[in-house]
Amino acid sequence: MAFVTANWNPLGEAFYRKIELYEMGWNLKDGLRDCLVAAAPYGGPIALLKERNRRSPSARPQLEIYSSSGLPLASFPWKSGVVKQLGWTVSDDLLCVQEDGTVLVYDLFGGFKRHFSMGNEVSQSQVLETKIFHSPYGTGVAILTGTLRFTLATNIDDIKLRRLPEIPGLQGAPSSWAVLTQDRQCKVLVASESHLFILDNTACTPVTPPGFSPEAPSIVHICVSFSYKYLALLTDSGHVWMGTSNLKEKLSEVDTKIKTPPKQMAWCRRPKSQQPSAVVMWDGLLLVVGECKETIKYHLDDESILVPELDSVRIISGTHHELLQEVPGACEEIFKIASMAPGALLLEAHKEYEKESQKADEYLREIKEQSLLSEAVRQCVEAAGHEHEPETQKTLLRAASFGKCFLSNFPPEQFVSMCRDLRVLNAVRDYTVGIPLTHTQFKQMTVQVLIDRLVYRKLYPLAIEVCRYLKTPEYQGVSRVLKHWACYKVQQKEESDEVIAKSVSVKLADAAGISYSEIATKAYESGRTELAIKLLEFEPRSGEQVPLLLKMKKSPLALSKAIESGDTDLVYTVVMYLKNELNRGDFFMMLRNQPVALSLYRQFCKHQEQETLKDLFNQDDDHEELGNFYVKASYKEQRLEARIALLQSAVDEYYKAKNEFSAKATEDEMRLLRFQRKLEEEKGEPLVGFSLHDTMTMLLSVGLHKQAEQLYKDFKVPDKRFWWLKLKALAEKEDWEELEKFAKSKKSPIGYLPFVEVCIKHHNKYEAKKYVSKVTPEQKVKAHLAVGDVEGAAEAAIERRNESEISTVLSRCSATTDHILVERLNRAKATAAKK
Amino acid sequence: MAQTERRDAPELPDFSLLKRLARDQLIFLLEQLPGKKDLFIDADLMSPLDRIANVTILKQHEVDKLYKVELKQIVSNSDQLCFLIRPRIQTVKWISELVNSDKAAGRFRRYKIIFTPQKFYACETVLEEQGVYGDVTTDEWNFYILPLDDDILSLELPEFFRDNFLEGDQRWVTTGGSALHLLQSVYGSFSKFYGIGRCAKMVYESWRELMEEGEQRTKQPEFAKVFLIDRDVDFVTPLCSQVVYEGLVDDIFRIKCGSVEFGPDVTSSDKSIKVMLNSQDKVFNEIRNEHFSNVFGFLSQKAKNLQTAYDKRRGMDIQQMKAFVADELKGLKQEHRLLSLHIGASESMMKKKTKQDFQELLKTEHSLLEGFEVRECITCIEEHINRQVSMIDSLRLLCLLSITENGLLSKDYRSLKAQYLQSYGIQHLLTFANLKQLGLLQEQQTGETLTVMESKVGKLVNDKTAGKLTDAFSSLAKKSNFRALSKKLALVPKSGEEYDLRVPRDMAYVFSGAYIPLSCKLIEQVLERDGWTGLEEVTRMLNGQEFAVTGGSSSSEARNKTDAQRIVLVMFLGGCTFSEISALRFLGKERGCRFIVITTAITNSARLLEALLDSHP
Repeated sequence: MAFVTANWNPLGEAFYRKIELYEMGWNLKDGLRDCLVAAAPYGGPIALLKERNRRSPSARPQLEIYSSSGLPLASFPWKSGVVKQLGWTVSDDLLCVQEDGTVLVYDLFGGFKRHFSMGNEVSQSQVLETKIFHSPYGTGVAILTGTLRFTLATNIDDIKLRRLPEIPGLQGAPSSWAVLTQDRQCKVLVASESHLFILDNTACTPVTPPGFSPEAPSIVHICVSFSYKYLALLTDSGHVWMGTSNLKEKLSEVDTKIKTPPKQMAWCRRPKSQQPSAVVMWDGLLLVVGECKETIKYHLDDESILVPELDSVRIISGTHHELLQEVPGACEEIFKIASMAPGALLLEAHKEYEKESQKADEYLREIKEQSLLSEAVRQCVEAAGHEHEPETQKTLLRAASFGKCFLSNFPPEQFVSMCRDLRVLNAVRDYTVGIPLTHTQFKQMTVQVLIDRLVYRKLYPLAIEVCRYLKTPEYQGVSRVLKHWACYKVQQKEESDEVIAKSVSVKLADAAGISYSEIATKAYESGRTELAIKLLEFEPRSGEQVPLLLKMKKSPLALSKAIESGDTDLVYTVVMYLKNELNRGDFFMMLRNQPVALSLYRQFCKHQEQETLKDLFNQDDDHEELGNFYVKASYKEQRLEARIALLQSAVDEYYKAKNEFSAKATEDEMRLLRFQRKLEEEKGEPLVGFSLHDTMTMLLSVGLHKQAEQLYKDFKVPDKRFWWLKLKALAEKEDWEELEKFAKSKKSPIGYLPFVEVCIKHHNKYEAKKYVSKVTPEQKVKAHLAVGDVEGAAEAAIERRNESEISTVLSRCSATTDHILVERLNRAKATAAKK
Repeated sequence: MAQTERRDAPELPDFSLLKRLARDQLIFLLEQLPGKKDLFIDADLMSPLDRIANVTILKQHEVDKLYKVELKQIVSNSDQLCFLIRPRIQTVKWISELVNSDKAAGRFRRYKIIFTPQKFYACETVLEEQGVYGDVTTDEWNFYILPLDDDILSLELPEFFRDNFLEGDQRWVTTGGSALHLLQSVYGSFSKFYGIGRCAKMVYESWRELMEEGEQRTKQPEFAKVFLIDRDVDFVTPLCSQVVYEGLVDDIFRIKCGSVEFGPDVTSSDKSIKVMLNSQDKVFNEIRNEHFSNVFGFLSQKAKNLQTAYDKRRGMDIQQMKAFVADELKGLKQEHRLLSLHIGASESMMKKKTKQDFQELLKTEHSLLEGFEVRECITCIEEHINRQVSMIDSLRLLCLLSITENGLLSKDYRSLKAQYLQSYGIQHLLTFANLKQLGLLQEQQTGETLTVMESKVGKLVNDKTAGKLTDAFSSLAKKSNFRALSKKLALVPKSGEEYDLRVPRDMAYVFSGAYIPLSCKLIEQVLERDGWTGLEEVTRMLNGQEFAVTGGSSSSEARNKTDAQRIVLVMFLGGCTFSEISALRFLGKERGCRFIVITTAITNSARLLEALLDSHP
């Protein structure tokens, strides 16, 4: 497999290889000369600012954005101030740092998003140099000002400017500097001549790298690894010092023998790589330095830039895009010439097998004898991941699959997931997409982020394909992509509301967990209220619709949606909002059309705002309720005058409501109240507030018969009631004389049995007996029994020949004492039954 | 005669789990406010709380002093005040005033309000309007369901009835939905829903929404079917006097949260005793569903049995005696105590109920249900009012009269109301307005006037609103159609036939054989038909709003006849009576299934009507 190793170069123990990723699709006249270039890590986009140094106002520099494969994404003339630095954020936004410290943020497609300032101090003393860096906290900006001070913002999404301490004795601009993230803090490492300083929030500390002789010549370049763990320094004598960034350990020192200052320098190492190595770039020359004295030299035809990555360095020139990396262990094992590693043997075995040669068995046997077959499969799978060419990937995977056949319980997950990953990676590496991710980078960045990036590039169909292929859960996958698509779709001005609403609903129809209200919010934000309302119609949860409808000032709709949701809290929210938003009349009108909201608001008013309640009834001309309202209010009133006044209002309302009954009843009450007060004043009896019945009882019990009679007449109290009342009141008082008089006054409308019963209730048998004779024949038996006169009862019952009455009497006789009576009754009963 | 369980009756789920869940959450909430604190509890939460967490538990979690919320000035020296309340505006207002007066006095305290079962936006608005929103922290104690017994679950929300049916305030609907959701998440899904009534429908919708939002758990269903019913579908049943033992105890002594306080006249001593009434009480368990006339006989039989058990002692040797004392005596003593209590209660009830008044009352009620001798009934009611026998009973009879007769004749309506006002005062104008609104007491309207009005209005406005208006009108003039319903569903057995209350024939036994509760009859019919087909005329008379839906778990394997398939959850929105529960227990025994009743509260005629009074503050 000579061709695989053709581009390998040895450096010490390891090999390095340079792979061409793309031939650039752009057509740049002067290559990258005189351009300010920024390329985002993880195969991100490239931004170019051409001819930025020409300051004539007539010719504005052009800002262009390309994909990694050089396909144009955006291009526009730069109209703002002088740009010092371009850079990309972690979420693929472009940052343009201007001379005055203003930072402008653009999206991938050149759309302006926002701008922020790096502070007064920066704008006054101007930006000298700036660096954009990534840390666990997000994207940061570091600025060296004209006064040689550093200003730092660790996260541009949450800007907290920090001005770092001064460096003592610093004369001119430092020769080189870099930002480090250490101990959860961002620090700046500054080189000035042969001195090195670390600046943190509080102090400026001079430091010396271990093994770095003090008489060493001055440092011309500093470079920090992607992970911030390693540091490389280049001196003007051409020496490269490499060590850990905490300056505790030296890894190596190599003489490049080139004394001119380099254009760029970058670390080129991977996690678990065999040796530390850095790439230094001069005009037309690229040098890889590692641990050993030798270096690898590459010739560069063209002006290029280096883009450090997690596991490699990308080299972008005017025509090509290449990847330089240390050959991964697995690949080295397999492809190294004359390698006897299990993977290499397995690959060979498979090759022979394809040729139908028996040598395949020999190779296999050799691996199996060392029982390294599973190791061989693993190696092939891993190596496939690191290979860029699909053909090579396939060869390796086939070999792995071949080897797997001879293993009984080899877990398939690694193989399967690698196949899937590679399919996705090859798709995004495609020229038209232009995201040249390595497998290591892909694993680091996760599928979620990759999908985000695809969405961000508006590659919705690809994103959905990826989600479906990787079986990402719908909420995080397809639905999310569709939502983004819809949010983008609703901003397309050229299409009509109907068309957009329809296409959105068709596409999103069966996706789970789509929030239409979010899409509608987007539509509203881009000024399409009608479209927003249309989209909200698709939202199945009416509760979700309400906040946006309120924001859009569609309050009637919001109110009816809130009611539809059945969530009274939501209804309250809208009602309270409307109460503050509308004038009272409109507010009431709106409530009037929504009974549910109205009753809720009434409940609220009952406790909070009594007066509003009245206004509400007034508005509706609900005189009945107003009448009730006044009646209720009258109880709370202590003063009689006020009470009567309120009742009068109630009477008026009842009449308006054509409720004569209530009006009359209320008028009666007013009359009663006046009467009660008059009596109270005259007789000193507390009467106010009693019902008519109770007032009469009260009067009778204190002997004010005349007044009771008066009420009886004035209020047309039914005779029966009055008789009952008086009977009970007199009995209560035990005024038997008066009772007898009363009984004789005229014929009782309630009969005389009640007289008997009431007397008995008050344990006066003597009085009770007086009335027994007056009782009607039908009630005689009961009356006799009530006074305990069994014989009388028997007499009456026999006379009436009523079987059930006779039985009743019988049940009250005791067989021993009333022997004769019982016999008589039994006989009577028999005859009664015969009839 | 004691009703024994069928041997094949399905096992009921263990509802004590609900208590445990509620307790754990409460403790968690209390610990959110570390340190010593005084706890203020809404008066009507006291009893339910006691069933969940007693004082000892509260003290363990640093509750210093307990107070009842009385909406008055407080005397507390604690720096931390915790309020455990129902989400009512007036209570929140009281707390706001308290906070403000503390502020004015320069006193710093920490305040925490725990709303149960949930908080309402309106309450927060009050806090905001009173300017104390930032000074208090609020929380929710999702104590939706209190298990009162093996087969009775209660939301303990008596105000549900008035708020929902009278005031049109639907905020408790979601509470109903949440309660169902809670049951589902603890005990498994429901396979089928039936229901009738507007509120029932809304509760169902609310439950469905909750279920769709939450994660789906496919558990074996514990309840096959759920029946939701609005209280306003059947007002007749709760207005009738209860004659089944448990119902009677509730009518007379008022059962509160599953326990009753028997006064000195029952205990025949000078102090009152609180007794828990549930299936744990063996004596009670056997008589609770019995018609009152049987109870005495049963109790005396029981007493004899007890005596025999005691008598076993005679002729025992030492060994046997030892075993007897160890194993049986305690149980016997316990039973003895309970027996004497129930005998006392029965006596006391007997005294009240055998009085002539009560007999006449029952007779009137039965005549009204039958629609027989209505004139005499009116005279009776009139006398009842005139003699000021009982404010609530008079009102009850008036309502019963109105519902069974589809409203009162104009003349009677006026004169009876006038008499009532004379007896009990003008404030009852408001009571009458409320009763009219609910359709409990109204004037007879000729059918024609209504249709004429409807069609007139219908012409004025477009169709969509016309539908709504018709809705509104039909609710305005709620025709009870009781007579027709009663005929259609055979609610009132033919008079003249002897009804042996000892051997109940049907559910009518809970009303001395005079009437089968409409609510229970509906449930029986719907379960029998597995839906509303064939009941179209009935539902039309009940104002429609019926539904039958196959529920959340459409798993076909749940179709098999497991125990769960024979458990039916019946949810009463607006309260249910013990008579209805007894009737359902009877029905369950007949059909070999078990009913679990979940209700917003236990109600009876007095509670129902008291909720509609506008008593002055």
